[in-house]
Amino acid sequence: MTRIGLMHSLIRPEEKLLIREFQTREGVELKLIDDRKLSYNLGKDKFDLDLVLERCINHSRALHALRLFESAGLKCVNSSKVATICGDKILTSIHLQEHNIPQPEVRIAFTEESTLQAIEEMGYPVVLKPAVGSWGRLLSKVNDRDAAESILEHKATLGTYHHSIFYIQKYIEKNGRDIRSFVIGDRCIAAIYRSSDHWITNTARGGIAQNCPLTDELKTLSVKAAKAVGGGIVAVDLFETKNGLLVNEVNYTMEFRNSITTTGVNIPELIVDYVLQVAQSGT
Amino acid sequence: MPECPVCGGTVDLKGDTVEGELIACAECGSELEVTGVNPFTLAEAPKEEEDWGE
Repeated sequence: MTRIGLMHSLIRPEEKLLIREFQTREGVELKLIDDRKLSYNLGKDKFDLDLVLERCINHSRALHALRLFESAGLKCVNSSKVATICGDKILTSIHLQEHNIPQPEVRIAFTEESTLQAIEEMGYPVVLKPAVGSWGRLLSKVNDRDAAESILEHKATLGTYHHSIFYIQKYIEKNGRDIRSFVIGDRCIAAIYRSSDHWITNTARGGIAQNCPLTDELKTLSVKAAKAVGGGIVAVDLFETKNGLLVNEVNYTMEFRNSITTTGVNIPELIVDYVLQVAQSGT
Repeated sequence: MPECPVCGGTVDLKGDTVEGELIACAECGSELEVTGVNPFTLAEAPKEEEDWGE
């Protein structure tokens, strides 16, 4: 019997699809772990599980829960290392850079003055992003110095200290779409175009998903980006440019509800295959 | 079947509904969380937090 813990916050369509898929498998016992009910007794916890599959909606809970499960000797998918890197855009960019993965120009600064100087050196437009954040929230496309000064002042004055760690990315003109690829282990299994009239193309913000054919470049770069952040089950966001693909972000608790019919790929089936393979492996 | 805590309409839940599941009320469209399954109970879904995401 393989014992899998599915750690979740709320049960969204993705988690429901995974639960149904696990329930079709022989010799698998699935335990649902609601992160709102968890408490740990550090050093004394013994969990009767072979692996925890992380599907939390709260990044901060996922990050610490994974590390606590690992400390208790459990395998986790994804690992706390992957969650740490992918949950922080600065760490993601550092790992992409260290693995020679092409990405848009990125600068990081810690004060309004040094950030404004960095933006002026980069040239407009740029995108200011919270280092920790998702679903396209609080992204700012900065088109000129007036906007830069105003946004930086607002972030520094109204935000928590997290919002005074300034992640600045050169704006890439993506002509209404970007690419989201799905990587499981060593394979890029599918990809979608995310299209929108708005410069933010996240499906959480209304972007429309369409199938994106898997080219050799897309598959190779997606798997390299996944490995750069520690591997596992991730979704890679990419920009198309005349000089090739650039990796924008890597997501470690990927959403796929809009991508199964779109791509024709049974994503939950492949996730469960991978999770069981990891759970049953010796490592 | 339970009532929607927002509009009072009847919410139709399937047999494989699990605790913590997010559903939408067919009558008013509110996003709800299934807080219990035996018997079924519902609450308004939690509001989005700053660290929610992928």
